[in-house]
Amino acid sequence: MEILLSLLIGLLVAASVYLMLARNVLRFLFGLVLLSNAANLIIFVAGRLTPEAPSLVPEGYSAPPELVANALPQALVLTAIVIGFGLFAFALVLVYRGYQSLGTLDSDVMRVAEPLAEKASSPKAELEVKGL
Amino acid sequence: MGNPDHRDNAGDAKSVTTKVQPSIGVGWVSALVPFALAILFVTFLPAIASGERLRFAYEWVPSLGINLTFLIDGLSLTFALLITGIGAVVALYSSVTLAGHLHYWRFVFYLLFFMFSMLGLVLADNLITLFVFWELTSVSSYLLIGFNHSSAKARRSALQALLVTGGGGLALLAGFILMGSAAGTFELSEIIASGDAIRDHALYVPIFFLVLAGAFTKSAQVPFHFWLPNAMAAPTPVSAYLHSATMVKAGIYLLARMHPALSGTDLWLWTLTVFGAATAVFASILALRQTDLKLALAYTTLMALGTLTMFLGSGATIAIAAAVTFLIVHSFYKAALFLIVGIIDYGTGTRETAQLGGLARAMPVTAVAAAAAALSMAGFPPFLGFIGKELKYEGALAVASEPLFVASAAVLANALMVAVAGIVALKPFYGHRLETPKLPQEAPFLMWIGPIGLAVLGLVFGLMPGLISGSLVQPAVTAIAGQPETVKLALWHGLNLPLLLSVLTFALGIAFYLGHGKLRSFLVRVEERLPASADELWDRFLDALKGGAAWQTRVLQGGILRRYLFIVFATLAVGGGVTLYVTGAARWPSVWPDFTIKHLLVIGLIAGGAVMTVFSISRLAAICALGVVGMGVALIFVIFGAPDVAITQLLVETLVVILVSVVMLRLPQLERDPMKGGRILDAALALAVGAVVTVILISVLDTPLDRSITAYFEDKSLPEAFGRNIVNVILVDFRALDTFGEIAVVAVAALGAFVLLKGTGKAKKP
Repeated sequence: MEILLSLLIGLLVAASVYLMLARNVLRFLFGLVLLSNAANLIIFVAGRLTPEAPSLVPEGYSAPPELVANALPQALVLTAIVIGFGLFAFALVLVYRGYQSLGTLDSDVMRVAEPLAEKASSPKAELEVKGL
Repeated sequence: MGNPDHRDNAGDAKSVTTKVQPSIGVGWVSALVPFALAILFVTFLPAIASGERLRFAYEWVPSLGINLTFLIDGLSLTFALLITGIGAVVALYSSVTLAGHLHYWRFVFYLLFFMFSMLGLVLADNLITLFVFWELTSVSSYLLIGFNHSSAKARRSALQALLVTGGGGLALLAGFILMGSAAGTFELSEIIASGDAIRDHALYVPIFFLVLAGAFTKSAQVPFHFWLPNAMAAPTPVSAYLHSATMVKAGIYLLARMHPALSGTDLWLWTLTVFGAATAVFASILALRQTDLKLALAYTTLMALGTLTMFLGSGATIAIAAAVTFLIVHSFYKAALFLIVGIIDYGTGTRETAQLGGLARAMPVTAVAAAAAALSMAGFPPFLGFIGKELKYEGALAVASEPLFVASAAVLANALMVAVAGIVALKPFYGHRLETPKLPQEAPFLMWIGPIGLAVLGLVFGLMPGLISGSLVQPAVTAIAGQPETVKLALWHGLNLPLLLSVLTFALGIAFYLGHGKLRSFLVRVEERLPASADELWDRFLDALKGGAAWQTRVLQGGILRRYLFIVFATLAVGGGVTLYVTGAARWPSVWPDFTIKHLLVIGLIAGGAVMTVFSISRLAAICALGVVGMGVALIFVIFGAPDVAITQLLVETLVVILVSVVMLRLPQLERDPMKGGRILDAALALAVGAVVTVILISVLDTPLDRSITAYFEDKSLPEAFGRNIVNVILVDFRALDTFGEIAVVAVAALGAFVLLKGTGKAKKP
């Protein structure tokens, strides 16, 4: 099962990378969601899979009497899911806001922060353009 | 290289000085620190003379073998005495020339900072400690050379010195790390005691060249010589300090220190001999070409450094003794002469030889000091310089491989030295009285006491060489040779070949002196024919470097998001792939684990969702497919005992779909994204990244898992945190701060999103 999940994670990563390399920032966002899913699964699987045994302490015991699922990666994944959601929500609003201001979803056209430098005649002039 | 503009810079120092009158303030207290240290080091002399080595160790990073260990042996004590002694003289002297300077105390700080760095460098017995102090000398000399920071030339020279010596320093660090791994220790004394361990090691050649790069840049050997004459932009006392006994000798110190571990090979012998000889002859010819006294001295310093390198190339005891003696001689006379040139400049307002003459009547004390220092420099008996020169000739003749080459280089360099000594110390003081910008007057006591003291020491040690031969020279030679050696210095060696060479040197030198005017104009003509000086090449190199940086920035950071991401992912794929291949970490588990139809269904669901997200051209379908992936992942969490995670995942997935759907209403339709052109490359990269991630994960899964932290949480969950759900206990108790941080992140994201939507009003379209 771990092997199959590893292959699945590879597929998820490949899909997200391909989406993130697209010009449309909406596709980039889809890639972001897939990537955080893949990352969560990696952490989860790396902590090994224990089927149908949640990490609980039964009544009458002070510790789980037999092998239960690894609690540590679960805690980490829980945190990661929430953080990933925060990141996604912010990126989504950014995309929306960017579209409102710039009228495009094409990341190649969004060049307010880094406008294309004038065709500089020499490296030195290029440096001066960049204020170096 | 030769640039008459250099002489402006000391003038800059004084133009800032409020009063040029010799107002002697409390600056002399700055000399107390080096003086007290010099006295301290003198007390070590008897122990060192009797063959002891003193070692002090303080732990720094013991786990990495990096310790603050310091060693006092003949070599480091010789340097420590020169550094502190000349440091005291220079501090005393600058208390007059820089008195009233706006930044005088800053200067004192720089000077002492430099002195302590230099002391640390020569005393360090750990490679890393030595390197740290090595870099500190680069930094502090940068501050000293650029002290007149209002002058663009001073700033450029300081930066040039910093870049050249700092670049060499990086090479040195690499060399040290290789050396440390080859020897198994970073302790210098252990490396030196390990005999042939480094020489026979497979890494000897890279170690040799890396260490040499550090030494040659610091000690300004050809072709790294150009920064040294430029560094004359510093105030004169700084030049006297940096270029007599300290900064530029650090490279020589390094070569001497590494001598037992690295020398003895043909590579060492030939590289050091050839580069040293080239530097010595080249520099002494250029010294004749200069009209500025300070620049002439700068080039003679280069000559001295070349000579020292040349002699350290040899393994013969007499050659090492020649190097050590010449090192001491040179420090004395060169510091004295720099200070005297400073006095001439201070008293007359010029350093141009053509404007100076007949000053002896106005500046009698300085004239005496100059004569004594110059005689030592020219190597006349009975000065220490004579002993040094005789030893050099003996050493040159003892070089087994090419005695003729080394000896002729030494004779030529020394003859030119005689001529330069005449130009610097005789011509300004004797002959016709020439008009100078200022009426010459004798310098105050605190200025001439140093040069006189150094010159007198040169005479005393010349007359009584026993004072230093047993206590300093012999232990230093022992340290460099790596085995006990006996050295006796004597003024009179009998009628032998070195004496004949001395006579030849004097004759040649006097001829050069008499004909130096013609020689100089000849050299100027030659220089004009040369395509470019090393200094100009340096500028071109810097320009090319900046151009390369601009080009690289354009390519790597062109401002296109896809390209940044492409580079990031390509780095991940290539870096991960290469690491897996090189380290052989990639594994394939031996057992093919079983799975049920339920597992297959879930995996198929997720895979289908992912593929659909990629290829969908309908926004709605893409969102649905994303939702399918998220739910599938939640199912995996459910199946493998993570109900809390599954619940969170479901909640978040639902929110994601809702949010995207809401925003989507205000966004345009997705356009087609056909897989052709650059997108094929993107797809290939995506598959590569996915494959690398899969292989890494499978390899990780094939290694044993350390469950000790989980076991700790399982054991302590109920007794200490009173919770039966271990995941929850971890989140709200054991790692509560993490959770708090997580809440903060979400809150900040929410705030940011709110501001984006409402806060700034409608932004203008570009």
